[in-house]
Amino acid sequence: MKPLKKLSNFLRKSKSISRRKLSGDSAFKLTITLIACSIFVILGIMIYKIIQNSWLSIETYGIGFLWGTTWQPFPPNPSTPPSFGALPLIWGTLVTSAIALLLGVPISLGISLALSEFMPKSFNYVISFFVELLAAIPSVIYGLWGIFILIPFLQTNVYPYLQDVFGFLPLFEGTIRGPSILTGGIVLAIMIIPTVSAISRDVFAAVPDSQREAIVALGATRWEKARIVMSYGRSGVIGAIMLGLGRAVGETMAITMVIGNSFNMFTSFLQPGSTLASIIANEFTEASSPPVYISALMEVGLILFGLAIVVNALARLIIWRSTRRIKEGGIF
Amino acid sequence: MVSLAYLALIVALIPLASILIETIFRGSSAINLSFFFEEIPPLGEPGGGIGPAIQGTLIVVALACVIGVPIGVFSGIYLAEFRQARIAFIARFLNDVLTNVPSIVLGIFGWTLIVVAIGWSVIAGAVALAIMMIPIVTRTTEEAIKLVPMTIREAAIALGVPQWKTTLTVVLSSAKKGITTGILLAVARISGETAPLLLTVLGSRFWFSGFTQPTAALPVAIFNFSQSPFTQIDWSRAWGASLILVLIILVINIIVRYVTREKYG
Repeated sequence: MKPLKKLSNFLRKSKSISRRKLSGDSAFKLTITLIACSIFVILGIMIYKIIQNSWLSIETYGIGFLWGTTWQPFPPNPSTPPSFGALPLIWGTLVTSAIALLLGVPISLGISLALSEFMPKSFNYVISFFVELLAAIPSVIYGLWGIFILIPFLQTNVYPYLQDVFGFLPLFEGTIRGPSILTGGIVLAIMIIPTVSAISRDVFAAVPDSQREAIVALGATRWEKARIVMSYGRSGVIGAIMLGLGRAVGETMAITMVIGNSFNMFTSFLQPGSTLASIIANEFTEASSPPVYISALMEVGLILFGLAIVVNALARLIIWRSTRRIKEGGIF
Repeated sequence: MVSLAYLALIVALIPLASILIETIFRGSSAINLSFFFEEIPPLGEPGGGIGPAIQGTLIVVALACVIGVPIGVFSGIYLAEFRQARIAFIARFLNDVLTNVPSIVLGIFGWTLIVVAIGWSVIAGAVALAIMMIPIVTRTTEEAIKLVPMTIREAAIALGVPQWKTTLTVVLSSAKKGITTGILLAVARISGETAPLLLTVLGSRFWFSGFTQPTAALPVAIFNFSQSPFTQIDWSRAWGASLILVLIILVINIIVRYVTREKYG
């Protein structure tokens, strides 16, 4: 009997030891799994709360909110209900982002080519530091700089000439106003340069040297070599541009401070406008009544949320596919 | 064409130089000792300082760290240690989604979640900023822990240390530098954010008066000064506050550079 008891004691002991070990590990795993899952909860509550708060506006204006062109929280005639439509805001967001890409992307590509192909490596560290610094400056300071330095400069030195040359186009007609859609686009362009140039520099750095050696061996100039590098990393660069677009679409403070905040549709680039983000920043704290006013601003936030997610998801997809391809050694 | 690339570099450095130079010159002329320690006067009035804004920013960012750092670090540990789990793939994707939510939308979220219940408050601002820092901290923690070699874990486990203890002591302390860097970068990022704070802490002219009360914050103060209809006084205050904010962020970035340099040096 004694050995049997010993054995059962040993078994019980070992079992309890293994259970204790297991329970320590599994309790830890359970805890950090739950914490990691908090991201599901955060995003879930976020989407639920924003839809819940914009429901009044969604019910009242329906899908027509997307192409409505009036924004009257307090109509001149008090008996008519307030009316809201987001089309001029969507337009403002798209136009300022497009200007930002048009101006910012060529400059960013120039920077990343200069850093990865043309400049001695020792400069890289210094220039990268400055470009990263540009990314670290808060957007409210870009806005402040936009108001007090960029706008006076553009108003006296750039816009009059622009109008002299392109004034026949409806896009550049009208009295010149400092805070305008074009100013907003220019500030956004400056703000997306760090994002786009940093990622495309990484993409160019990932291009295998054999490609460069091959084209140089064929007698190519430095510029021709850079063109090969660019076309090799084409899809990665498109991804970088999309990420820049994502930043431009969601940018709030700087654009609120320089775009002029007026509710205009399809006006000249030299006139003030509004974007999805700027109208929320500008009107939200004062929108106490009627309740549908806040709800409409919430719905604008919902549209912005959707737009940003779609743009960024596309960007990630493109970057992910292109880096995988480069890793696998395939071409395009 | 090569010279065009250099031209692009110069064109991009002009606005940066201009922002830094203007902030330093216009800001330093506004700053004196009382600027740091006195209450914010009403718009247009001389005197006073931006003491409450500095204090408010420190409190809101500290509270955001209290909420955001544990969640971010432990999520990062999960993503790195159980990287093959299906939940990890989805969580990693959602983390990227959260990184890309526009900051003003986080402000709206803070408003619907907390301001509706208890009013404009420090807590609402801290929650909005915490949500902004969680994905940054998670991502950098994950990357830092992935760099810890497997042999270190195996050595600990061979000594009979349970896995959870290995992770919390051995792995975490090996990845300490990377995680600190991530937290500092996240702090630098959120301390300059204006849009979420505008809809949550509202801004104020007075010293901190409780976690459920509105508070001043540097970025909000800069925005309010810049919108002032009055003249020079408020605008120069905006530049002064900007200089302080830029200095805070610059110092954090230099610390980060120092920490990460040592790692490879």
